[in-house]
Amino acid sequence: MFADYYNYWVAIILMMLGFYIVISDANLIKKIIGLTIFQTSVFILFISMGKVEGGTAPILADGITTYSNPLPHVLILTAIVVGVATTALGLAIIARIHREYGTIDENIIHAQDEEEYEDDDEAAS
Amino acid sequence: MDINTIIDISLLTLLAITAVILLRLHNLLAVVLLSGIYSLLTAGLFVSLDAVDVAFTEAAVGAGLTTVLLLGAIAVTGREQSVTRHSRILPIAVTTITAAALIYGTLDMPKFADPNAPIHTHVAPRYIEKSGEEIGIPNIVTSVLASYRGYDTLGEVTVVFTAAIGVMLLLSGSRKSKSQNVKKNVDKNE
Repeated sequence: MFADYYNYWVAIILMMLGFYIVISDANLIKKIIGLTIFQTSVFILFISMGKVEGGTAPILADGITTYSNPLPHVLILTAIVVGVATTALGLAIIARIHREYGTIDENIIHAQDEEEYEDDDEAAS
Repeated sequence: MDINTIIDISLLTLLAITAVILLRLHNLLAVVLLSGIYSLLTAGLFVSLDAVDVAFTEAAVGAGLTTVLLLGAIAVTGREQSVTRHSRILPIAVTTITAAALIYGTLDMPKFADPNAPIHTHVAPRYIEKSGEEIGIPNIVTSVLASYRGYDTLGEVTVVFTAAIGVMLLLSGSRKSKSQNVKKNVDKNE
């Protein structure tokens, strides 16, 4: 029972740890790292499903009859590359936010925005 | 328990420990380096799960490129630590409930490494049996990626290209900061 589901359960725990970082940490870079942990947990889940008892890596060779499933590998190979593209884009947005606000703390950014709205209201009235 | 199961379980446990430490740390440099270690452990796990192609991509892209990008980002933004925090009760409640629901869901899944799981009985055997003579290269993952599903890989390249354009546009914008804009407005009003 334990070894049968251990991979899936750890994948779920990692996913929730990443999710927790994304929703609870105010630092934007830490949020991105949480997102990559979330992503990696999905990779682990898929690769775990592709494993076959007694199988080997899916590279054809003489004398080998059991191979692990190659399809999840192909899928995750693509997902890793797309994942790094989204991470790079997220970091570029953070660098832009830092240039604009001088901080990468979510709460301070919100506070600055609200201050600005109040100033606008005062100017209008 | 054979050696494979022991390696598998210990790597997964190390991954969970790394993620917990990462969650508790607030020094950004340490967090970035730990995320690199986390990626390397994942790559090791992929080797033990027979996904060698995925393992070296994860080691090169996940542990290498992503760490470099993150280090570049904290070089620009400074190693500023989070000074404010959200309340913890709601996130803990949300993640616990979601985890419980997902773990309940896994009980319906085929057992780990079960050769008779539905995923192994439909499309995959066709690729394993025929790709050698049809494509002529021994690595099945490469055959599927570059030949059978070549258009998907073309789409992937498009995604990476779009992201690269987005990064360039975001970073090459005007260097005017908000405080300078505010200052200009004040000057105008005077």
